[in-house]
Amino acid sequence: MAKHYTREHEWVSVSGTVATVGISDHAAHELGDITFVELPQAGKSVKQFDILAAIESVKAASDIYSPLSGKVIEVNSRLDDAPELVNQSAEDAGWICKLEASDLGEVGALMDEAAYQEFVQGLV
Amino acid sequence: MEDLKATPLRMHHEGLKALMAPFGGWLMPIQYEGILAEHKWCREQAALFDICHMGEFLFKGDLVAEGLEDVFTFSVKSIPAGRSRYGFLLNERGGVIDDLIVFRLAEDEVMIVVNAATTGNDLAVIRSRLKPGAQLTDISARTAKVDLQGPLSRDVLVEVIGPQVAGIPFFKFIRTKVLGADALVSRTGYTGELGYEIFLPAEKVAGLWERLLRDPRVKPAGLGARDLLRLEVGYSLYGNDLDDNTTPLAAGLSAFVNLDKSFVGKEALLEEQRKGADMVKIAFKGNSRRSPRHHYEIFHGGAKAGTVTSGAFSPMLGVGIGLGFVKPEAAKPGTVLTIKQDRVEMEAEVVELPFYPGGSLRS
Repeated sequence: MAKHYTREHEWVSVSGTVATVGISDHAAHELGDITFVELPQAGKSVKQFDILAAIESVKAASDIYSPLSGKVIEVNSRLDDAPELVNQSAEDAGWICKLEASDLGEVGALMDEAAYQEFVQGLV
Repeated sequence: MEDLKATPLRMHHEGLKALMAPFGGWLMPIQYEGILAEHKWCREQAALFDICHMGEFLFKGDLVAEGLEDVFTFSVKSIPAGRSRYGFLLNERGGVIDDLIVFRLAEDEVMIVVNAATTGNDLAVIRSRLKPGAQLTDISARTAKVDLQGPLSRDVLVEVIGPQVAGIPFFKFIRTKVLGADALVSRTGYTGELGYEIFLPAEKVAGLWERLLRDPRVKPAGLGARDLLRLEVGYSLYGNDLDDNTTPLAAGLSAFVNLDKSFVGKEALLEEQRKGADMVKIAFKGNSRRSPRHHYEIFHGGAKAGTVTSGAFSPMLGVGIGLGFVKPEAAKPGTVLTIKQDRVEMEAEVVELPFYPGGSLRS
């Protein structure tokens, strides 16, 4: 399924009921050099738009919000030692975690790629 | 943005697609290709910084008779010509109005180099402490300054300026021609690496900037990398780690205070020395990549013990590092602290400075 985005610049890509989550290329660029990612605990349950994780760059510390409700089933532990993967590939190798999504209808509250690009343009 | 001052190199930064932001009343380059890449380049090669925003004053006259000798926390008259000295301008309470460097140009001539945001006030304060009519001139607008810092900086400058640069020892300077212009080349800096500060006429700086950047060993670096570099060696940043409510003794900088001479603020320092400071500066190291940041709170044994004044992720150490002020009982090296802000919580240990001792500073 195509990617969807939040207004807080997270992306989610759903396959079956598994939702892969990360932050957008735009957000990674704005943050600058990323130095630390606080990954969620596997097994943690979150509601849509709750705080899921945290990310730090040389400039700022920010929270990452969950695009969907669900349970964390896997985290990208490569980010522990190589958080710069988020700068290099925010929307692919720099994914944050995978959720077992509990309500795929929530995707309706997110933006598709075209809407997100328009949203980002409006921020400049 | 209208009121921000721009250095003579502004167009060069924009041409390099630098991220520009306000700093001390100036529009300055924060980063070019990225803070971590520029930091690494400075530790390994030679990084070029536009530091034209800093202020310079020229004093001419008898140092003692005109009153300059009693203005700072250190003796000016005992600085040999061709050397410079770091220290402070204090208020009556012993608080730091600014940290600065004085360059002894001649028997009766010195240059005072101050922080950008404090330039105007420094000039007024210094003037008020001199004899009426003393010759103190603000030469900031006509004086440009670039820093070349990094282990290869000497090799580069020997090629660009000449062999006279090779023998300049730490905290000494020479006056020489740089691309045909009268310049002062000083073996000082703010990075912990071998490096030079070059002062020259404002209209000549673009030529030097362009010439240096043509050298493949040189890359531009912004104030973001500069802040990270100085923190790794534990240098204080005025406005963060030093201010007019902080004394040099509390800030652990008594090495730059000469209590055997007279200066404004001395009585307050002697009083503080008798009673002990309420809060003292510490350096601390975290146990993860998490970064402490300015204003985060410091806890010791469950109680609030102080505040972080500077913090960053250190690429050289691979963990978060910071400076802060705490109650004296929490300041001993080895003390375990908790740093907190909102959802962020990290453990840290008080350590001795510098965090990163491996720089080429004295090589």
